[in-house]
Amino acid sequence: MHVPNGFLDAPTSMATGAAAVVCVGAALAGARRELDDRTAPMAGLVAAFVFATQMLNFPVAAGTSGHLLGGALAAVLVGPWTALLCMSVVFLVQSLLFADGGITALGTNIILMGVTTVVVGWLLFVLLRALLPKRPSLVPLEAGLAAMVSVPAAALVFVGLYAAGGTADLSLGELAVAMVGVHTLIGIGEAAITFLAVASIVAVRPDLVYGARPLLARRELEIRATATEATA
Amino acid sequence: MGAGHGHKLHYHGHSVVHRAPAHLKILVLLGFTVLVVATPGEWYAAFGAYLLVIAVVVGVSRVPATYLLKRSLIEVPFLAFALLLPFVAHGPRTDVLGLSVSESGLLAAWALLAKGTLGVLASLTLAATTEPHELLHGLERLRLPSQLVQIMAFMVRYLDVVTGEMQRMKVARESRGFSARDPRQWPVLARSAGALFIRSYERGERVHLAMLSRGYTGRMPRIEGRP
Repeated sequence: MHVPNGFLDAPTSMATGAAAVVCVGAALAGARRELDDRTAPMAGLVAAFVFATQMLNFPVAAGTSGHLLGGALAAVLVGPWTALLCMSVVFLVQSLLFADGGITALGTNIILMGVTTVVVGWLLFVLLRALLPKRPSLVPLEAGLAAMVSVPAAALVFVGLYAAGGTADLSLGELAVAMVGVHTLIGIGEAAITFLAVASIVAVRPDLVYGARPLLARRELEIRATATEATA
Repeated sequence: MGAGHGHKLHYHGHSVVHRAPAHLKILVLLGFTVLVVATPGEWYAAFGAYLLVIAVVVGVSRVPATYLLKRSLIEVPFLAFALLLPFVAHGPRTDVLGLSVSESGLLAAWALLAKGTLGVLASLTLAATTEPHELLHGLERLRLPSQLVQIMAFMVRYLDVVTGEMQRMKVARESRGFSARDPRQWPVLARSAGALFIRSYERGERVHLAMLSRGYTGRMPRIEGRP
């Protein structure tokens, strides 16, 4: 859910805007390392993919449905810098071409749903990858767990921003409990979908999953003598 | 997909608002929205004036008001939140229609409603009167990093292709008797998302190779004659 105009006061919106500019600048430099001169077409297509998956509805119960935020998923699939860039471009296009999310809240939306989910998701993913056995088959599980935590983390950052520049007089404790509570449930859904989606990609094209690449390099070329004899 | 494709929100026209340079429109939208957000919620007359300004711009652009109103439904989730505010906020309470509500919550709900709605209407007016490629050009003139503009251009260009691909997967699923009702169907939907990623990524690689073979050096050439 995108933050609209006027939800946070002007100074907070400007501060998040400045923070978002710094993050996107860093991501532009970082993505060049992940993608070199392929950056523009690849990041553009991945951004279109993120936008499209956000339109894919997952039924929950009794006619309600939810969709993926995709921050952690994008980070695991294409790397954190490219993911950050793609998420930022998605929010920019959504606010300018689809009026989804206020233009003064663009920085807030990038920080909350782009930077927070990507950074938290990626760091947790890297930590889990280092701790758990180094097998590509565990990558979906690690991605799912990272996605689960990334959503309530974004909710917590939202509460922090609201404490700094909220426009309504709400009890922060109650807001924090409500936001984190609801988003933990959303996070479970995000985790399940991220797990299933990454599992399906690792099964078909593990080389496309950025987070799985260090594990793939360890595989040795095996020549199966029996197979060659059978065909010969 | 050709260059003539507009996006879903664009309303074709030739008014002064349509022809105004995109970078000016973006700056006006930004300035207008910042002004709206910075206005204290108690200045009721100011919000009336803002609404009048938008109404005049929409009138000049000849985009039907119903066209914009239908698309402003996007803010409905926030209307729900705004309606909830008077009941959960703190501070002195007052009676409205027999219900005890918080005064500050009521004011905050009004401000959220007014600012949110004005923001959505202003953004919709920009989206309805500006072609995507003009918008990109405008962002470039506003000194947005060219790398970012390029990524955005590719996203906008391939958005219809990727969503079309997703739509075809949906048709394929449903023609095989699939219907998504509860979380038991998630594995199938998630596999569709995975397949969509692989197809998008491979398409990106093909596009990149096609661009290299046509002399791409990391910068997009500006084609003369197109704005």
